[in-house]
Amino acid sequence: MEIIAQRPKSLTDLQFTYCPGCTHGISHRLIAEAMDELDMRNNMMGVAPVGCSVFAYKFFDCDMAEAAHGRAPALATGMKRSRPNMHVFTYQGDGDLAAIGTAEIIHAANRGEHITVFFVNNAIYGMTGGQMAPTTLPGMKTSTSPYGRDEKDIGYPIKVCELLSSLVAPYFIERVSLLSPQDIMKAKKVVKKALQFNKEERGFTFVEFVSTCPTNWGLAPIDAMKWAKENMLPFFPLGNYRDKSVEGGK
Amino acid sequence: MAEKILMKGNEAVAEAAIRAGCRLYFAYPITPQSELIEYMAKMMPKVDGVFVQAESEVAAINMVYGASGTGRRVMTSSSSPGISLKMEGISYIAGANLPAVIVNVQRGGPGLGDIQPAQGDYFQATKGGGHGDYRLIVLAPSTVQEFADMADLAFDLADKYRNPVMILSDGLLGQMMEPVEFKPSKTKEEMEALDKQHYDWCMYPNEDEPNHHHHEINSLEIDPLILEQHVIKLGKKYDKIEKNEIRYEEYNISDENEVVVVAFGTAARIAKSAIDQLQEEGTSIGMIRPITVWPYPYEAISNVLHEKVRKVVVCELNLGQMVEDVKLAVNGKLPVEFLGKVGGILFTPDEIKAKILGTEGE
Ligand SMILES: Cc1ncc(C[n+]2csc(CCOP(=O)(O)OP(=O)(O)O)c2C)c(N)n1
Ligand code: SF4
Ligand SMILES: [Mg+2]
Repeated sequence: MEIIAQRPKSLTDLQFTYCPGCTHGISHRLIAEAMDELDMRNNMMGVAPVGCSVFAYKFFDCDMAEAAHGRAPALATGMKRSRPNMHVFTYQGDGDLAAIGTAEIIHAANRGEHITVFFVNNAIYGMTGGQMAPTTLPGMKTSTSPYGRDEKDIGYPIKVCELLSSLVAPYFIERVSLLSPQDIMKAKKVVKKALQFNKEERGFTFVEFVSTCPTNWGLAPIDAMKWAKENMLPFFPLGNYRDKSVEGGK
Repeated sequence: MAEKILMKGNEAVAEAAIRAGCRLYFAYPITPQSELIEYMAKMMPKVDGVFVQAESEVAAINMVYGASGTGRRVMTSSSSPGISLKMEGISYIAGANLPAVIVNVQRGGPGLGDIQPAQGDYFQATKGGGHGDYRLIVLAPSTVQEFADMADLAFDLADKYRNPVMILSDGLLGQMMEPVEFKPSKTKEEMEALDKQHYDWCMYPNEDEPNHHHHEINSLEIDPLILEQHVIKLGKKYDKIEKNEIRYEEYNISDENEVVVVAFGTAARIAKSAIDQLQEEGTSIGMIRPITVWPYPYEAISNVLHEKVRKVVVCELNLGQMVEDVKLAVNGKLPVEFLGKVGGILFTPDEIKAKILGTEGE
């Protein structure tokens, strides 16, 4: 019998703890497939965040550390500097990366640390039950913005790719989405590109996944994807924000 | 014998750390520890080491957490306000059973306080500071030589117990110059052995497991029954440290002692002058100087309360913190008096003498 699909080697055989229809599982799979294809697993160290993906340290089958909330880029800095022949990635949610860990991500990017950061933007704090995130859309209702995010009171969502692309050092920054099979195929290519650059020690690489949280958005998985397409993509445009590998790269 | 070099405490401890095999250092500038970070900035590139000036003390301690997880000797340093910021990371490092060395060159507090020497972080260092049930091994130097020697000891203890170790110094010891004799640097073979010593648990594939490596560096146990076991195991480690690692100095201790002084670090230095003067004047005073302030030498204190001893005097550069541990040691057998100075001001030997003789205010 021919095997045409199986679990990537870079994932353990533990069952994910994610809600049905959650895109965290998809982004895990894309990263693991790319790690397999690039043969990076045996030299990879990853950092899990605090958020729904807190157990990523059990799911990725390579060396893994579990950081304090927001500090993954600092851990990754210490890990990469300590063992420069290893590859290092972090996996972080929007609360983790763009609120409590804002300083750590900006400075890791600004130092041009040779790490890859995977950023899961689901516009909400999933793990703690659906509070407002720094990426929550204007008007969006969450448990701590029960009347809708009032941008006059609390400001606008932070566009992380745009913010980081104001820095000189980062090598590669791109925003992809996980909102349709086509988008997922495109995302896979970008994930692989980022890890390829990581493997080649080109510099700081960053991939943002526009994701969904059906549970806390109160939507069925397919409706959540539709909602994100209609509401998140206009605010968080997909595309490349930095690619120093192409001539005249941004 | 190696030659003696006149050096500031901050530089001496940095040099000693490098000789002890530390090749990773992450920190953020703050007075009065800046000579330490500057020394590391200058020296680490010369020994193929890593120096990163972090964006904050929070980031610095988390860089330490990551680097320690890969099994190598790593250090950070700061002064009081920065140490407060490191508490989150210290708790994680302790929870994850990781070795690390943290130097606190204490200054006056609370808040921004001032930049003069103080001992106001005793509670923070010895009783927690970060969240959860954990213990730091805390070493308190009282000379520049001892400050330097403690770098070596701190790394050895950290590696032996897989536990963070703090050197609790202060602005005086950091800034003052004294002659120091250094141990030789680790040899190439010793460095290689250090590099491999944590292969059984650290992140980093090695020759034993070249094709598949999955070690987890982690302080999370979501199942209460598993966390219970994890914390109980930490507790057993702390029991072992209390059994094996208590260190203290006995100064002028004898059956003739009328008063026993207890002081650590800079306060003990000054107390020694007072004790020497009193001895010349015919009054015998002994002193216990805790070198580890955790684990604490309770028994060393209770054991020297001989018949002639009338009282115990505790001198600290704070409002009275270690005195609580001394009271536990004395256990109501004798009066325990306290002399404190705050604001970064030091006491004089005369003030300590007056406290011992009960003549203050005369
Ligand atoms: C210091 C600290 N503050 C707060 C928390 C509680 N907390 C855990 S996860 C989380 C938010 C996570 O949201 P996000 O990063 O967006 O990840 P998601 O769950 O949405 O994937 C918060 C606030 C914590 N664990 N630590
Ligand atoms: S709460 Fe949201 S982000 Fe978290 S696992 Fe469930 S769907 Fe995914
Ligand atoms: Mg989120």
